[in-house]
Amino acid sequence: MNIGYYPGCALHGSSNDYEQSLRACLGALDVQLDEMKDWICCGATAAHSLNHKLSLALPARNLAVAERDGFKQLFAPCPLCSMQLLKAKKAAGDERVRKELSEIVEADLRGESEVLNLIQMFEKIGVARLKSAVKAPPKSITAACYYGCLLTRPPDVVHFDDFEQPTSMETIVAALGAKTVEWNYKTECCGAGMTMSNEDIVLELAHKILSNAAEHGANCLVVACPMCHVNLDMKQAAVERRFGKKLGMVVYYLSDLVGLALGLSAEQLSINRHFVTQA
Amino acid sequence: MSRIGVFTCWCGENIARTVDVDEVAKRVAELPGVRCSLNYKYMCADPGQALVREKIASEKLDGVVVASCSPHMHLKTFRKAAQTAGLNPYLVEMANIREQCSWVHHDRAQATAKAFEIIRLAVEKVRNDAALQPIRVPVTRRALVIGGGVAGIQAALDIADAGHEVVMVEREPSIGGKMAGLSETFPTLDCSQCILTPRMVEVGQHPRIKLYSYSEVEKVEGFVGNFKITIRQKARYVDVSKCTGCGECWNVCPLKRNSSEFDYGMGMRPAIYIPFPQAVPARPVIDKSQCAKLIRNGCGLCEKKCKAEAINFKDEDRLVEEAVGAVVVATGYKLYSIAKSQPKTTLAGYGEYGYGKYKDVIDSLQFERLVSASGPTGGVLKRPSDGAIPKSVVFISCVGSRDNAKGLPYCSKICCMYTAKHTMLYKHKVHDGQAHVFYMDIRAGGKGYDEFVRRAIEQDGARYYRGRVSKITQEHGKLIVRGADTLAGIPVTIEADMVVLAAAMRPADGIEELAQKLNIGYDEFGFLMESHPKLRPVETNTAGIFIAGACHSPKDIPEAVAQASAAASKVQVMLAADELTREPEIAAINEQTCAACFTCIRTCPYHAIDRAELRTPRGAFIKNTARVNPGLCMGCGTCVSVCPSKSADLQGFTDQQVYAMVESLA
Repeated sequence: MNIGYYPGCALHGSSNDYEQSLRACLGALDVQLDEMKDWICCGATAAHSLNHKLSLALPARNLAVAERDGFKQLFAPCPLCSMQLLKAKKAAGDERVRKELSEIVEADLRGESEVLNLIQMFEKIGVARLKSAVKAPPKSITAACYYGCLLTRPPDVVHFDDFEQPTSMETIVAALGAKTVEWNYKTECCGAGMTMSNEDIVLELAHKILSNAAEHGANCLVVACPMCHVNLDMKQAAVERRFGKKLGMVVYYLSDLVGLALGLSAEQLSINRHFVTQA
Repeated sequence: MSRIGVFTCWCGENIARTVDVDEVAKRVAELPGVRCSLNYKYMCADPGQALVREKIASEKLDGVVVASCSPHMHLKTFRKAAQTAGLNPYLVEMANIREQCSWVHHDRAQATAKAFEIIRLAVEKVRNDAALQPIRVPVTRRALVIGGGVAGIQAALDIADAGHEVVMVEREPSIGGKMAGLSETFPTLDCSQCILTPRMVEVGQHPRIKLYSYSEVEKVEGFVGNFKITIRQKARYVDVSKCTGCGECWNVCPLKRNSSEFDYGMGMRPAIYIPFPQAVPARPVIDKSQCAKLIRNGCGLCEKKCKAEAINFKDEDRLVEEAVGAVVVATGYKLYSIAKSQPKTTLAGYGEYGYGKYKDVIDSLQFERLVSASGPTGGVLKRPSDGAIPKSVVFISCVGSRDNAKGLPYCSKICCMYTAKHTMLYKHKVHDGQAHVFYMDIRAGGKGYDEFVRRAIEQDGARYYRGRVSKITQEHGKLIVRGADTLAGIPVTIEADMVVLAAAMRPADGIEELAQKLNIGYDEFGFLMESHPKLRPVETNTAGIFIAGACHSPKDIPEAVAQASAAASKVQVMLAADELTREPEIAAINEQTCAACFTCIRTCPYHAIDRAELRTPRGAFIKNTARVNPGLCMGCGTCVSVCPSKSADLQGFTDQQVYAMVESLA
């Protein structure tokens, strides 16, 4: 199956390991990512704190271009992007706003394409299909699934899972044959918004998340967001220094774990490029 | 009609200040058909009414217009006066020159001209009025009470004590409702069961109350004074007439670990059970979804053990009919189901509290059972997860209430009070324990209510934090409650052993279906609508149907009981006479011209129009027609506006009258 793909800034930049993991993992499941042409910034963070209309117009442009090019489904692996696209889609429900946005972005925004996050991508492929494709069940893994803030929120925009007690990622991880734990900080903030401006907050939040996962018996974290990955993986050494303890928590993308179960190597999935590679 | 008397009122200064009443009276006197035109300072006072009566007699008036206030105010007064003088009261019309003229205008000349026009319209209406007779409807002098909670019990006993028969329908196996499960009640802390169970027994033993427990209202037919109610008696699998309530069956039943509805899942019950020892009737039911005999023809121990031979595994639902004249709906409430899948996604909030995930996060009715002497723990407060005595309990109010984003916009009214009560009950049971309360506002309006909350804080040491809780998590066996104290402006984290959520009150399940059967209104939340929020608080817009208790809106016990007694007194007034008199200003259908399209039947909001056949005196079929049931019609006029053949008309407000009024203005 060919599917429309909106990478956003992170997957072509700081988190290109995520993109490599996705292409390898989804490729093994016969899903080819067809990158949409002419995409621009999704409008997250900077735009929506400055100008509401701009924060709608940016994703509206992307959605309209994808729709123009005939993508009925648009896969946005970064939850910030998928949330922004869904925000534009929701705005298009109001005919007056839809017309206004179409005029601004000089393309016909229809708001009909389906926007998928990573978990929904796997749900689309099907849990049964995943199960049958597993070659190397990751039995040694006990994962704390971490959703972060934007995968499930705001609920009236993304309409995805229970926004306080989500379970969809666990379903997929369990289908691979790995164990999951119930823990406390599934949907708490990782501090990504503060990465540049206030590292103290980021380290404290990341510390809470990482150590709570460990306390509940997890030996790794699974994420579906490049921002979460940066904060929990790249910053982990700083957290360890600040709080004076060894955490050694491997942070996988959900696609890493699926890829491993499908028999792909850590190199193919570029897990070897993570900062924390083993406990 | 050509001998019309017009009586223009000054209403003291109210009308006369802005309207030149002399000028009006003089001009009106010249209208065709007006026999006499007078004005007087207070037309509604005795001398004014006497003037009307006197003129009806002396001038042989055949129609009267009183130009004064709104017909809501005094139409009845003047109709009565006219009737005393021998004039059909429906030949009296009001011209409202106060609310619709003098009160809203300043320019005397213009107001005077407008008053004249208003009166001219009324004169035109009277010219086309017909003498009507009030409708008389026979009354079945019995009442139905739906719901056997404290409100239903109060209403039933009041009506029955007044000498009328009462049919009570309760869908649970026992009456008693929510109150039977409460521990102690605010603001006096008297034991709920001690004050309720004697009333339940009274209902069970009352010679004039017929109790259908474990039954539901299936169908409602008829109209005020003459309802025919079909009741579904659900299969109980126990013959109530043979059973003695000895208890052998539920003692011998091996399937004892079923979640108890009465304990809200805090306790267990057998598959054959009475919900609680003081149940009325004290007769068990078998849960067919759990009984081994009914599921797979196994067990049957209760049947063998029962000396009275009361167990009947072949029992089936039975439909019975009852005739009643009035209905009191008292179906009560349920709690908002926190974070569970709900029909409306907007109601799916509060996953952050972990209700359903953490065993020690419970709702307030569950807490009632845990501190009730009759509860599953015998009144010792043990937390559900491990039976330990909680040393720190967090109470969160407004869970689902006053929340447009994820709950319901209204205030559930009683939670502030029962949460204060909970902290006291907790402190009285666990002396070294600490209660914490997160609240939005404390709403404790009522006799002795605010004092009660102060007592909880000042004497029993409950700590109140004005703010919400953002998340509850579990660590090392403790519930970590993170919230805000917005008065101190600081975040608060409490390590609690148990959390109690004061969930919003919602109307009981099935209320909308029942309201549709009864043809009464309900709001967007399912609460039943009263006819007027101030002046007709227990009546519905369907004659003969009354409401009481929390099915109307969130309310506490004293208020539910007061409303039940009010509804009962309305029923007693209705049942005091052999027949009801209703105003004749209702729809009538010209059955000769009716095209039998039945558009009116489909649009009538009161289901007051039926199909009928016209037949010759010998019984030969002539044609189909629609026919208005005068007992049900509320005179709204919807049928008149939809009838394509103009066969429907509103008596006392006919199309002809309206056209004549409009033409008179031309």
